[in-house]
Amino acid sequence: MEGLLSVSVGTVFWASIAFIAVLVLLKKMAWGPIMQTLKEREEGIADALRKADAAKEEMSKLQASNEDLLREARNDRDRIMSEAKAMADQMRSEAVGKAQKEASAIIAKAQVEIETQKQAAISELKNQVADLSIQLAESLLKNALTDAEKQQALNSALINEFGKN
Amino acid sequence: MNLNKLLLLTSLVFTNLLGFAQKNHAHAPVAVSPDSTAKYEHAEGDFKIGEMIMHHISDAHQIHFGGSLYLPLPVIVLHDGHLDIFSSSNFYSVNEHGELDFRDYKGYRNHHEMIEYVGENATHDTHGHTVLDFSITKSVFGMLLIIALMIIIFRSVAKKYSNNPNTAPSGFQNLLEPFILFIRDDLAAPAMGPKKAEKYVPFLLTVFFFIWMCNLLGLVPFLGGFNITGTLSITLVLAVLVFLITSISGNKHYWGHIFWPPGVPVFVKVILVPIEIMSIFIKPAVLMIRLTANITAGHIVILAFVGLALMFGQKSELAGYSVGIGSVLFMIFMYFLELLVAFLQAYVFTLLAAMYFGDATQEHHAEHAHS
Repeated sequence: MEGLLSVSVGTVFWASIAFIAVLVLLKKMAWGPIMQTLKEREEGIADALRKADAAKEEMSKLQASNEDLLREARNDRDRIMSEAKAMADQMRSEAVGKAQKEASAIIAKAQVEIETQKQAAISELKNQVADLSIQLAESLLKNALTDAEKQQALNSALINEFGKN
Repeated sequence: MNLNKLLLLTSLVFTNLLGFAQKNHAHAPVAVSPDSTAKYEHAEGDFKIGEMIMHHISDAHQIHFGGSLYLPLPVIVLHDGHLDIFSSSNFYSVNEHGELDFRDYKGYRNHHEMIEYVGENATHDTHGHTVLDFSITKSVFGMLLIIALMIIIFRSVAKKYSNNPNTAPSGFQNLLEPFILFIRDDLAAPAMGPKKAEKYVPFLLTVFFFIWMCNLLGLVPFLGGFNITGTLSITLVLAVLVFLITSISGNKHYWGHIFWPPGVPVFVKVILVPIEIMSIFIKPAVLMIRLTANITAGHIVILAFVGLALMFGQKSELAGYSVGIGSVLFMIFMYFLELLVAFLQAYVFTLLAAMYFGDATQEHHAEHAHS
């Protein structure tokens, strides 16, 4: 038991030298570089994370602006499309109107022409009918006036007719 | 590179010294000393478990690998201003039972692993006087082994860090990095803040790995049963270092708390101050005792189970085997527990050291939480 609980000067001496030596040596050769590298690595990782965050933010910003651009382009397209459509509509309706107007003018002109032609035809017909009637009446009168009796009869008939009037 | 060479050279010097001493031993006059610390198993078959356990956990001047295989270690003694260096194999010869028969050498005697000077032509009854013993004992040897291992391992790991700073850790580096980060981030930083921790982390890392590896070495069987962290002299050095660092880094606030505790009446201060002064010594002392006792106790329990089987084996073979089975099962359990304890004690020592450093360097603003 005395061996267990006693403190040997020699062992203390060696232990002090050895431990302090290993402490100094390791501090210089191992812990220094290891801690340095670990610190640098941690800083590197933190930096990388920060950069990744920044990139992400930049990305989302870019994406937002892209979306804006896209929306704008879409709006432009819609606007242009609707404008073009309106213009086309207008042009079409204008053309249709013009055509209709022209058509109605033609129709009106034709109607006038027809009316004129009709009137001309009617008056022509009337003239011819009048001529025919005169010729008929002439031949009839000639026939009737050839005979006194008949002339008489006719006179009276005419007198009758006109007299009534 | 240079350091590896230095280590190699040192080991060569040691082996040379040992070899030289061995040769000496062959011609040395045989002066048999009846002291036989290793004779826990006598020829009559009287097995003494206490002696066996003490033999294994005590420091020694030679390493017993088992059977009759002993590694002699250098004995360095200072007597009357005269330094004597010789191999410990001069003190013993191995008998046919694989035990050591001790004898005196050059007037020195290995009396229960304490070197005494008894002078030439001493008899068994001669009372020697203790000499300053700077021998490379079993524990010192184990410690040097661990230190060499630590330097080799951590140097190569550090090189890996320096050479590939921006790659994921691999191999041994990967194994050690969690522990290094654990000590730095979960142990030192909470105790004293990450800024101050930087200063103390090298010490804490060294202490942690030193204790842990020493503990683990003690668990390797057939290596002579190292009990480095169970050697009071070695844990004493660690505790003294913790005490010194705490005291040196202690700021005005820390010392003020000890010598003039704030916020208490004067008559309480009279009682408190001696207690506080005692506590600055007791804290590291407790560190030392806890580590030594835990590791030694673990060794004792495992050895007790070995001894149990042997004791029963002395009575009858059947009893020996049947108790042996139970013993082995318990030993397996104990080994797992000791593996845990090996880590835990290293952790506890480091954690408490970090907390003492944290106490010593605490800034003034934290005082309100105390008082």
